[in-house]
Amino acid sequence: MTTAVGPVARGRGLAARRPLRMNATLAAGLALLGALVLAAVFAPLLTSWDPIEQDLSRSLQDPGNGHLLGTDQLGRDVFARLLYGARTDLRVGALAVLFPFLIGGALGLVAGWRGGWFDLVLMRVVDIVVAIPFFVLVIALVFALGSGTRSIYIAITLVGWVAYARIVRGEVLVAKEQEYALAARASGLPTYRILLRHLLPNVVLQAFVFSMSDIVLSILAIVTLGYLGLGVPQPTPDWGSMIQEGQAFIFTKWYLAAVPGLAVVITGLALALIADGFVHRSGRR
Amino acid sequence: MRYLAYVLRRLVATVPVLFGISLIVFFMIHLVPGDPAKTLLGIRATDKAVAALQKSFGLDKPLWEQYLDFMGRLAHGDLGRSFFYNVDASELVSGRLPATLWLVVSATVLALLISVPLAVLAASRRGSALDQVIRAVPLVGLGMPAFWVGIMLVLVFGLKLRLFPVSGFGDDVAGHLRSIVLPALTVALALTPILIRSLRTSMIAVLDSDYVVTARAKGLTHRRIILSHTLRNAAVSSVTVLGVNVAYLVGSTLVVERVFALPGIGTLMLDSIFNRDFAVVQAVTLVFAVMVVAINLLTDLAHAALDPRVELS
Amino acid sequence: MTALLEVHDLNVEIPLSSGRLHAVRGVSLSASAGQAVGLVGESGSGKSLTLRAVMDLLPVPATITGGTIVVNGVDVSRMSAKQRREHLSSAMAMIFQDSLTALNPTMRVGDQVAEVPVRRLGMSRSSARARATELLDQVGIKDPERRYRAYPHELSGGMRQRICIAIALSAEPGLILADEPTTALDVTIQAQVLGVLARLRRDQGVGLVLVTHDLAVISGTCEHLNVMYGGRIVEDGPTGELIHAPRHPYTAALLRSVPDPDLPVHRLLSIAGAPPDLLEAIPGCAFAPRCPAVIDRCTTEQPPLAPIGRMRASACWRAHDHEHWPPDIAEPAAGEMRA
Repeated sequence: MTTAVGPVARGRGLAARRPLRMNATLAAGLALLGALVLAAVFAPLLTSWDPIEQDLSRSLQDPGNGHLLGTDQLGRDVFARLLYGARTDLRVGALAVLFPFLIGGALGLVAGWRGGWFDLVLMRVVDIVVAIPFFVLVIALVFALGSGTRSIYIAITLVGWVAYARIVRGEVLVAKEQEYALAARASGLPTYRILLRHLLPNVVLQAFVFSMSDIVLSILAIVTLGYLGLGVPQPTPDWGSMIQEGQAFIFTKWYLAAVPGLAVVITGLALALIADGFVHRSGRR
Repeated sequence: MRYLAYVLRRLVATVPVLFGISLIVFFMIHLVPGDPAKTLLGIRATDKAVAALQKSFGLDKPLWEQYLDFMGRLAHGDLGRSFFYNVDASELVSGRLPATLWLVVSATVLALLISVPLAVLAASRRGSALDQVIRAVPLVGLGMPAFWVGIMLVLVFGLKLRLFPVSGFGDDVAGHLRSIVLPALTVALALTPILIRSLRTSMIAVLDSDYVVTARAKGLTHRRIILSHTLRNAAVSSVTVLGVNVAYLVGSTLVVERVFALPGIGTLMLDSIFNRDFAVVQAVTLVFAVMVVAINLLTDLAHAALDPRVELS
Repeated sequence: MTALLEVHDLNVEIPLSSGRLHAVRGVSLSASAGQAVGLVGESGSGKSLTLRAVMDLLPVPATITGGTIVVNGVDVSRMSAKQRREHLSSAMAMIFQDSLTALNPTMRVGDQVAEVPVRRLGMSRSSARARATELLDQVGIKDPERRYRAYPHELSGGMRQRICIAIALSAEPGLILADEPTTALDVTIQAQVLGVLARLRRDQGVGLVLVTHDLAVISGTCEHLNVMYGGRIVEDGPTGELIHAPRHPYTAALLRSVPDPDLPVHRLLSIAGAPPDLLEAIPGCAFAPRCPAVIDRCTTEQPPLAPIGRMRASACWRAHDHEHWPPDIAEPAAGEMRA
């Protein structure tokens, strides 16, 4: 017997156009991220020091004396490097997610919709890429491609698309059997129209939520590469290389390594709060 | 018997994955821009060194022939030759593998010891202040760079409290044990947020299920229910969650080994990157991937053995 | 009058790990413009799959394994997938049970009504918009200009189902296939939505194939009825005759299971026994194990759907012998009183 299904709210699309209901989690995350982005954008207004200029006569100074967080081993202002480092890491982190999102999402959409050999091959490739640890593969790829920001983008894209392909494919498999998708097929609309207007808006939310935590992952990757000396080339300030340089002075100037790490943690927290807030708002656990 | 058949089927299923991994590792050298041999060795390389590298990778042959050679050598356990150390890569890797395995195993154990009690506690007192605190752990923890956590642990335990060595691997088992504590704790802390999040959710699903309600109706105490009904489920979910996150676990050992100068395959890979020792980088990448596939297989088998509901067919 | 839709000997199978589930077993039916045909049966009887097969929307991995589907005089099984889609969607439209999932949650309902006119019929945006507003008005939506801009979750269930009907009409089909269109609605709204469908049929001559498990819905809407059981049509004929004088014990049993609105408590009498296992080959009549009028022949020999009088057919060995069926199935009213 078919039972009546009550009006359970299943509208879960990103664009389900209910007024963007804020919740505390989402608001806190957006505020935190906003503050970080503002600090990065307005870095020149927040500090008068040049993050790159060296002054070996003033190396490893304690906080104070005009240097809010002291100076590093080359006499560069640590606070300035922290702010300008946010520019590097936030920008590279967000951009490094964009390409995997687009490429993986598109592949997942087509695989979920078409099924068949395309889906089969794509999912096998996903299995394989997933089997190789993220950091190992990214580091190996950056090594092969040569260091530099462009290599980081390429490496993260080559590894990161699989998660989006998987998520979007899974959502499409469910969505395409939903009656609105059947209705769209029945009405004889062209395939691209069904994919882009009917399926995509309804499956993109999960990928979007994931991209928040994925930005965290890609920032971690960039910082890790910086720590290992494979990241954004010197002397561009970056939190990872700051931690690496600070590690040598952990006995005497512990904050040199601690503070840039805290900056990463706070960035991660902001993005995690935003992701959680979105999940909460769309009524999914 | 059915279990044996399942083991066999799972084994067969890993073959295409291993095959794909070999392809990726093989093609790595072809991602190197320009003439790989020249680029890898840098501008100061002698013509002789370049020629030797080209020959050892067979870069002058057609692609399919290179791959067949590569696979042929793999079949004999030949992972290529390190031109920096001038020994077989397999020899280097097998010398460094114990430290990494120690790290993986002890980190897994520590991660479970930390996260299972916390997850059970949070799930059994859902909504309490304690639950709120435990739920906040993943939010903060997921954004912590593992190497940074390692440095902070060095700061607190190694330098201020002087409890554990902060680098190296010791000389005997006791030394290994003492040396592995901080690195293992670092990796465990990287894994804990993920474990807590998934375990808490699955524990809540268990506590909401009908058989727990039945147990409650039978008059069993809360404590009794947690102990007898949920721990086996906790074990099953832990194994599953671990299985899903093996790659992440193994990946984080790479950086953590560097922080603690632990002589594992992770440091070998990083050293080889700076030595531009391509064969070793290739070999370690392959070993890492095979390790993930193997651990994944083991967790699957353990899961099937633990959970009677798993379809073996 | 030529039939818009002619299904002949349709078979649908679903390959499962435990075998092939033969879900639809030689179903034939036809529908014409202005005519309403009902397809009734329990869940699992194959009625919805039949409809899905006609519209080429079978869920994976179900496939058509036999029979022909002729739409507007053309056999669609010979067409390429693309041609078939075009042909089917210009002749027929479909509406579904759950209007919430049947509408795209991320698109304004008016735009969903205007979509086919713009994308397929080549109308300009502004005239499609006007057409959509007109359609919303036709299906009885008050203040259509304002409702045009609503999102599905902002509307009531009855209103959403009207939107679905408007979307179906926007393709200017000759035939609407409706899969349990009122099951998710409460009784009052149900009557209104059925009223809209009846009006469209009368005023615009749109044909209707209505699939439902609810005989009460069919009886007020359709003039012709097909009763399905175990993947087959077991009885068909004019609705009134079938309801007043069923010639298949399953139809009789189904009639007994209709809740009587006059009783103080709505009682849904279910038919004793379980539906047949469609993974098995069934040698005789699929209903035999549950049939109170069963005879030996029923379990060994499949009764064909044979004509019994004008425009009626029944697949029962005892169709002509209905006076001798056990009284509780032959006389639905008497059975109701005893229960």
